[in-house]
Amino acid sequence: MTISYQVDVTGKLQQGLSDSWVTTKRNIIKLRRDPEIFVFTLIQPIMFVLLFNYVFAGAINIEGGNYTQFLMAGIFAQTVVFGSTYSGSAMAQDLKDGIIDRFRTLPMGNAALLIGRTAGDLVINAASMAAMLLTGFAVGWRINSSIPEALLAIGLLLGFSYAFSWVMVLIGMSVRSPEIINNVSFLVLFPLTFLSNAFVPSDTLPTPLRIFAEWNPVSALIQACRELFGNIPVGIPVSDSFTTQNALPIVLIGIAALLVIFIPASILKFKALAKV
Amino acid sequence: MSFIEADNLKKYYKTKTREVKALDGLSLSIPQGTVKGLLGPNGAGKTTAVKILTTLTVPTSGEAFINGVSVTEEPDRIRRMIGVSGQYAAVDQKLTGFENLEMIGRLYHLSPQNAKKRANELIELFDLVEAANRPVKGFSGGMRRRIDLAGALIVNPPVLFLDEPTTGLDPKSRLDLWKVIKDLVSAGTTVLLTTQYLEEADQLTDSIAVIDHGKVIAEGTSDELKRQIGGQYVEVSLVSPDDIPRGKELLSSLSKETVFEANDGRTISVAVDDAAVMLQKALRIFAEANIDLNDAGMRRPTLDDVFLSLTGHQAEQEA
Repeated sequence: MTISYQVDVTGKLQQGLSDSWVTTKRNIIKLRRDPEIFVFTLIQPIMFVLLFNYVFAGAINIEGGNYTQFLMAGIFAQTVVFGSTYSGSAMAQDLKDGIIDRFRTLPMGNAALLIGRTAGDLVINAASMAAMLLTGFAVGWRINSSIPEALLAIGLLLGFSYAFSWVMVLIGMSVRSPEIINNVSFLVLFPLTFLSNAFVPSDTLPTPLRIFAEWNPVSALIQACRELFGNIPVGIPVSDSFTTQNALPIVLIGIAALLVIFIPASILKFKALAKV
Repeated sequence: MSFIEADNLKKYYKTKTREVKALDGLSLSIPQGTVKGLLGPNGAGKTTAVKILTTLTVPTSGEAFINGVSVTEEPDRIRRMIGVSGQYAAVDQKLTGFENLEMIGRLYHLSPQNAKKRANELIELFDLVEAANRPVKGFSGGMRRRIDLAGALIVNPPVLFLDEPTTGLDPKSRLDLWKVIKDLVSAGTTVLLTTQYLEEADQLTDSIAVIDHGKVIAEGTSDELKRQIGGQYVEVSLVSPDDIPRGKELLSSLSKETVFEANDGRTISVAVDDAAVMLQKALRIFAEANIDLNDAGMRRPTLDDVFLSLTGHQAEQEA
């Protein structure tokens, strides 16, 4: 009598994977259907690549160098980091709409819903990434390394944004208002992405900001991507700071640390929804 | 132990200014295959009670069981037995009717084929064919509620929770939805239904629990409750609010019951035994007293009357 219907998917792991896939699919369907997400995912990244490239690359002349090559990894990183905002605002919106409560009355795993949320957003971010790569090529950016290195760079960008999605999901559950999420994300992510080496080498910044920029994980991400894309142009100095010289391991450690902290924290927070 | 059993449930939480007692010792017991109505105004604790029974929130103290399974200790087992439909357990506005039902089926761990099959069956059953392939966002309220209800029935659960299933619907959609719910109930599902409408509880339930301030204040069949609060009312609406005190005096000569003054400041009513005779008498005495009337008539008891009669205060419209 406890279970009165035929359960086709059995086993905890299979059910968890199935639940994650079903909720991921939900988010992908929305990507196709929601013009707002479409603009956010495809139009905005393309616009950023074009705008920053033509505004800055035109003005910044480097003797024997090429600012476009320098800039592109910065734009990619900035865009995918901002892309994680969507995880938070969508989570807050789902809570507000009551969809989360519907899910919580179903026999699905707690973690599955959050995995579906972040995985769906990873797909969205991958679409943004593809749009930016193509636009980058169109404006003259080139990969001057090997394909495996370039793929690793793309993997780092998406991995970093995925890890940040979990941070945003936690914030989304905590503030419970999609509007607040967008403001919080702006306040946190804007300094994080601009006080980095995205647009100018960190060496040019006043000392306190320079130290921040050098230890900013987004800088490490950008530096690692520049190296892996073969985009360290002549004429732009590369900082000899510890973090810049060890960008790749730092990014990997950063991604792992974010995941290790924020996946359990988000799942605990999700379970605690029943306490309010 | 009954099929659904709630024992002294309390749910307290603090806001910035005060401690709210959403539930303050609520007990319920619902035999298998019956429909229980939870009747009460906004803020009475109906939704909190349903949220605890559907594992959405844990009680501050107290216990609840469905078929002997504890809702706090084994929520996963509970979730395999229940279907939930209500204001807070919504469907996804951006997905189509079919996609919503298929997704819910998959999350009950049906195979993709069976989830599709079941979604199609429910779309037929609930007359949702035109809604099947359009995003829910564009639907009327009645259609949305039907999808919501269909979502609760994907696996034909033995227990169904319907939280204010028809609040905000137009009368026609409400009647349509009542018919759907009646059909379900006749198939033997155990149902807990919350409502603000006495008539809805009347139409759909075997037994009603009236809730106020987080407690059950009266319980019984709708007939028993109505007997308790008097059969019919004579109600008059006065032209001048100044006549209210005299009007009340006149009405109280018709009955032993308390005269009830509505919020509009012009309408007064009283429960009476023989409404037709008493209405004639009321018209006569108001005419003799030279009090002008806008309107006069008999009416059935409303939720307000239930509350006035059972608690001595009007149904408060707390948010």
